[in-house]
Amino acid sequence: MQDITSKRKMDGKPHLRRFHQAKWDEPIIFELSEPGSRGALVPKTEEELRSVVGAIETAIPQSMLRSSRPKLPEMPEPQVLRHYLRLSQETLGADLNVDIGQGTCTMKYNPKINEQFARCAEVAELHPDQPESTVQGMLAILYRFEQVLKEVSGLDRFSFQPRSGSAGIYTNAAMIRAYHESRKEGGTRKEIITSLFSHPSDAACARVAGFDVITLPVGPNGYPSVQSLEGAVSSRTAGIMITNPEDTGIFNPYIADFTRIVHGVGGLCCYDQANANGLLGITRAREAGFDMCQFNLHKTFSVPHGCGGPGSGPVGVTAALAPFLPAPTVEFDGSRYFLDWDRPQSIGKVTFFYGSAANVVRAYAWAAVLGASGLREVARVAVLNNNYILSKLLKIPGLSAPFVYGHPRIEQVRYSWEELTSETGVSSYDIGIRAADYGMHYWTSHHPQVVPEPCTIEPTESYSQRELDEYASVIMKVAEEAHSDPEMVRRAPHNSTIHRIDDQTSLEDPSEWAMTWRAYRKKLSRK
Amino acid sequence: MPHQELPRPHPYIPNSNPVAQQRMLAEIGVSTIEELYKDIPEHLRYSRDMHLPPALETETELRRHMHKLLSQNQPCGSYLNFLGAGCYQHFVPAVCDEVNARSEFLTAYAGEPYDDHGRFQALWEYTSLMGELLNMDVVNVPTYDGCQAAASALRMAGRITGRRTLLVSRGINPDKLSHIRCYCRSDYRIEVVPYLADTGLIDRKQLQSMLSSDVAAVYFDNPTYFGSIEEGQEIVEMTHSCGALAVVGADPSSLGILKPPADYGADIVCGDIQCLGIHMQYGGGHGGYIATRDEVKFVNQYPSRLFGIVPTSVEGEYGFGDVAYERTSFAQRENGVEFVGTAAALWGITAGVYLALMGPDGMKELGESILYRSQYAARLLASIPGVRAPLYSSPFFKEFIVNFDGTGKSVSEINEELLKEKIFGGKPLLRDFPELGNSALFCVTEIHTKEDIDRLGSALRKVLEGPCRI
Repeated sequence: MQDITSKRKMDGKPHLRRFHQAKWDEPIIFELSEPGSRGALVPKTEEELRSVVGAIETAIPQSMLRSSRPKLPEMPEPQVLRHYLRLSQETLGADLNVDIGQGTCTMKYNPKINEQFARCAEVAELHPDQPESTVQGMLAILYRFEQVLKEVSGLDRFSFQPRSGSAGIYTNAAMIRAYHESRKEGGTRKEIITSLFSHPSDAACARVAGFDVITLPVGPNGYPSVQSLEGAVSSRTAGIMITNPEDTGIFNPYIADFTRIVHGVGGLCCYDQANANGLLGITRAREAGFDMCQFNLHKTFSVPHGCGGPGSGPVGVTAALAPFLPAPTVEFDGSRYFLDWDRPQSIGKVTFFYGSAANVVRAYAWAAVLGASGLREVARVAVLNNNYILSKLLKIPGLSAPFVYGHPRIEQVRYSWEELTSETGVSSYDIGIRAADYGMHYWTSHHPQVVPEPCTIEPTESYSQRELDEYASVIMKVAEEAHSDPEMVRRAPHNSTIHRIDDQTSLEDPSEWAMTWRAYRKKLSRK
Repeated sequence: MPHQELPRPHPYIPNSNPVAQQRMLAEIGVSTIEELYKDIPEHLRYSRDMHLPPALETETELRRHMHKLLSQNQPCGSYLNFLGAGCYQHFVPAVCDEVNARSEFLTAYAGEPYDDHGRFQALWEYTSLMGELLNMDVVNVPTYDGCQAAASALRMAGRITGRRTLLVSRGINPDKLSHIRCYCRSDYRIEVVPYLADTGLIDRKQLQSMLSSDVAAVYFDNPTYFGSIEEGQEIVEMTHSCGALAVVGADPSSLGILKPPADYGADIVCGDIQCLGIHMQYGGGHGGYIATRDEVKFVNQYPSRLFGIVPTSVEGEYGFGDVAYERTSFAQRENGVEFVGTAAALWGITAGVYLALMGPDGMKELGESILYRSQYAARLLASIPGVRAPLYSSPFFKEFIVNFDGTGKSVSEINEELLKEKIFGGKPLLRDFPELGNSALFCVTEIHTKEDIDRLGSALRKVLEGPCRI
């Protein structure tokens, strides 16, 4: 027998996978149409029923009837399934890779048991207007998970209506507005303060709610300085909306001074807790002086990301702000759970019904199995993993972790390839694409580009030491390749489903762009 | 000697195992995890244990616990459901569930086209399939739900026209109206256009008097919240005559037979995709679409991501990417178009699967089936003494109002009685539309057989023949 195992080790370093992404070269679904085929049949309308109603034209005026068939593809069921399964294979889900390179996204394990709960009829087949007596289990989960978030944050009431982190931030901005209006200060308190490293939505949502935005610059330690905040606050301040730690992973130790200063001028303090994964049971919104916050259940609380949603972004507030929460709230009178619609100061509904209820089921189950000490262990291990890979990655020449040196970070780090790029001409973007050749995610969406050639790694608690070593080895290998064969790296990917998109004209030029098949066909036929 | 238990590592947390922790701490050069938190000052540290129920620890115990809770829910499958009002019980093809449960789609997030080509293609195909159904060339990667789609579509119209008044029909979903008010009011004046008492349709005289050179958009749902079908063309023409944009919410399940709003001149069309192969999930299955013509003035005002098709460096290879990314809040923060982030991509992919399965004939059959069944149900209920169904004389699709003023019983009493027959009756309208009296909104779809509808009819007859309260 040949020793296959020993042949897999190279220079005593961990073996790097000879990965190749699935490449089905799959046609666009319209090309697969086989006219006359059917993928799903609708039960026939009973003859009796047809005869009672008569012709459709008697029920609907001709002018409102569709005049031509929609040009949808016609496909049998197995062909539809096969097409989509091929596309799924051409997608690198977190279940498959060491998904720590989508920093800021908290790509953690999504327990399979929770899918079974979310997809069982007792969740999937509930109508949100069913009588309360028939959804006591669902209301109990909403109520109980609110108690969990109250403990995690120290705040007093939550709403699950927002369907994402950004929707939560928007909801908080709308509550800040309602609070000041209730005090007859809506006309003067027109400014929201945020920081440059806070998520773009902290600024953008505040603007949608009608505020002017003041953005604090990054200070020398990687977070905004107390002095910059003191210079920004005034009687016009409505509040601050800020992340801590920001995407640098550096905890702002002066955060209680921030909330004190904003409260001092009559503003509210809103904590964007997108980065809560390293802080569960360690430090809370309440102790830092915040009035409100939002959590991203699709990040911190293990809800799967679904290619970009549905998420869930519950908002929490202190008792003083609870009247402004979206209505209804879920209440418990000791024997039954019910919805309370009688909330006259509420900002109203911010979505259909009660938000992503199935995602609350998933998050509840995750927290229930872990309990208080388990949640704390999540945070501790996320921080351990982050600092472990930090110490590994900093050994790579040309990579740095700007701002604070010799300090541990919380749950993620924004690195910089500035030195490597200046030496080799290979950018962070190129490195990310080359990492895909080894089956690893790595993205570079880090607006604003304050850190040159940025790269953000967030290991969460879900990856083993062996996997973290593997990821670090891939990055190390790509950095070596940037020196030894920069052209090869710049031409990556080589093992992906598709090759490099060099010509971006059709994404920016209105005469070329095509957001649908029909637009694409029209533009081609004009040429 | 008592049994001594060592703490067990948690299966979800690989490095909760103390041996691994020691190795990793040594690599970092510290001796405890606590040291890694040294930048969090003592006064901010939460030193107590969070007060939470004891950990269930194992999957076995979790399953038992969840079963106990979830068994207190009565799903629509074991009841006969006539609730709609924004969330709809339709046929969900098994292939839809199969695809959206795939690990790759379920757990992917925001990778580049090189990692996630399949995700880009599936979403681009979704927008393409919706484009065919809607007869529109641009469709967004889905936003949260139909409420958000309507609110953003109205802000789009405001930015395009530079005007400050939004006219919104009263006959739309009240959640949607609530969200539009909250979402748009910092920049726009929102005025509500009343509906006519006999048809439930927009009061055009009133609309005419409200139109002005400051009106950015007129918004209505078609069918309306009450199921009524508006003659869209006239309203759109009135809207255009004052230079405003017509923004129309359309139910995709109707579009196999009803005219898509683009065909009567709508400028922005929006709505919810939950009806396209997505389970109700207690309101958790929503996604919002926005669609327009392919004109720069529209495209540049979309807050959502837009995917486009693009060549790669290899001939004949399809690639995809973000179109006009610089307009988004990702790129421009508060100066971008509203805001963008995680929304409802998985439901977009699922709706694409649904439309591919249904095809043109399936969508037509769906529309016809819903139409016939809902008309039949209304006629049947109308035959019960004291019941007015439909309340309005206008043509309707899928939903219709049933008025019980003449029965001597309230909707809540009736629904309680129906519940005993394992039927969820229509949604009570008293809270949101007190002017409609003792009315409920009933929804009938392709899942209801004639037998189901007849069962509703006889149960209602039985309830109403009982002793009168008055």
